[in-house]
Amino acid sequence: MRKLGWLVPALYILFLLLPIYWLVSMSFKTTNEILGAFTLWPKKFTLENYQKIFTDPTWYNGYINSLIYVVINTVISVLVALPAAYAFSRYRFLGDKHLFFWLLTNRMAPAAVFALPFFQLYSAIGLFDTHIAVALAHCLFNIPLAVWILEGFMSSVPRQLDETAYLDGYGFWRFFGKIFVPTIAAGIGVAAFFCFMFSWVELLLAKTLTSVAAKPIAATMTRTASSSGYELGLLAAAGTLTIIPGAFVIYFVRNYIAKGFALGRV
Amino acid sequence: MGSKTHNAMGWLFVLPVVVLVAFNAIIPLMAVVNYSVQETFGNNMFFFEGVKWFEQVLHSDRFHASLGRQLMFSGIVLAIEVPLGVAIALAMPRRGPWVSVCLVLMALPLLIPWNVVGAMWNIFALPDIGMLGRLLNDLGINYNYTQQPISAWATLIAMDVWHWTSLVVLLAYAGLSAIPDAYYQAAKIDGASSWAVFRYIQLPKMKRVLTIAILLRFMDSFNIHTEPFVLTGGGPGNATTLLSIDLVKIALGQFDLGPAAAMSIIYFLIILLLSWIFYVVMTRDEEH
Repeated sequence: MRKLGWLVPALYILFLLLPIYWLVSMSFKTTNEILGAFTLWPKKFTLENYQKIFTDPTWYNGYINSLIYVVINTVISVLVALPAAYAFSRYRFLGDKHLFFWLLTNRMAPAAVFALPFFQLYSAIGLFDTHIAVALAHCLFNIPLAVWILEGFMSSVPRQLDETAYLDGYGFWRFFGKIFVPTIAAGIGVAAFFCFMFSWVELLLAKTLTSVAAKPIAATMTRTASSSGYELGLLAAAGTLTIIPGAFVIYFVRNYIAKGFALGRV
Repeated sequence: MGSKTHNAMGWLFVLPVVVLVAFNAIIPLMAVVNYSVQETFGNNMFFFEGVKWFEQVLHSDRFHASLGRQLMFSGIVLAIEVPLGVAIALAMPRRGPWVSVCLVLMALPLLIPWNVVGAMWNIFALPDIGMLGRLLNDLGINYNYTQQPISAWATLIAMDVWHWTSLVVLLAYAGLSAIPDAYYQAAKIDGASSWAVFRYIQLPKMKRVLTIAILLRFMDSFNIHTEPFVLTGGGPGNATTLLSIDLVKIALGQFDLGPAAAMSIIYFLIILLLSWIFYVVMTRDEEH
């Protein structure tokens, strides 16, 4: 029984990788091969699909747009969440508990509910179709998440650290920047990872708030699917490329991802 | 850990967060509330209608049907993903080089844009050129998710299990790795069965992370939009039209702002209410 235990995760990982394999293998096939016959691996191996994406600006700009707003969002979310999480973990102030729960309720708001009012709001303030609009809109669910994760990490740091630093003559901001932030570096990594992830995968709001100048890659894919016929190979190549940034980021935080949630309070 | 100090400075520290989130949450929510009580005939002319839209939505068969499908979807995926995720986390290696490999591979589906997940399964499950659809049909199973409601549902659920079980695994695994080895040694000395170890050591230690996992999975499965929209578009017919798909159809497709807004508010309240019930039930014991 115990010896066959490894089979469970192994089979599960196989199940996870099958659709991904299918996508990647399709990205190396020609459209004719995909539509013509069922093949388990590319018979006529081609890099044409990738070549098209890297040379056509409407394609590669999609990636650049997505990366720009995701990075802006991650930076804003973590920067404003840091002092807030510190306050929640160290201080008691009027309405602190209610405020914490109000923040979390925003994690529950269905994006579908906000699509139209977001469009109106960001059009009204003249930010429609800009990277900053998407970055700000994604703060709705990423800031609460970042505060939640960081608060967990900060609460696991003993308060004596703060007190010793003050006795040693550190001012608050110097202590915060020089001592406290490096202490919870892993927590910041995890929070940044989850902000990156949720902003990268979200499409409904990103699509609603952009038209041309800041159009995300995922939206480029859906629009191309309808306008240029059924170019499955091209779509598969574009899809494969969307997996890479996430896989890259996760490698750096692999030892901390699980811990991030274990420490967060409910 | 010591008690927290009273410090009104706390408000200053949380101010940026409050301003940014409030800007995104309160202004749009007020817009939705506004629409939900008014009628418009275009030209930016609005008339106050009171609770008319709320009554209309609450009494509409269409809303009941989408809500029913939504509850069924969330119920099924929670019933599969939570036990499956826990079982996988229990079977995962605790240390060694395979841990990182497992964690990175398992996190992959979480990092794929939601419409790519939908598109990927859409093609993967096609009965003629997709791997899964082809395999099932070759095995003699009549499977075509674009035409049969049952196939569509099975595909939808398989896709969600594929997409999100890893989150439960990661959380449950985090809870498990926090258990000191001494607990297991003590259980071994007492000759405890593996069921007893699970029931009295592992499950209680995982309770907190499982609460988070169930809450997150519930909220996100109840809010799901992009993946089923790309996979089935709500079809065949209305078979997989979940609440949010219906909402977007009414709001952006038909531009019926009043009913859509009323539906949004009811939708949000249902999520808040159910999340609160989950939360209270799961943390009940900790009060004493």
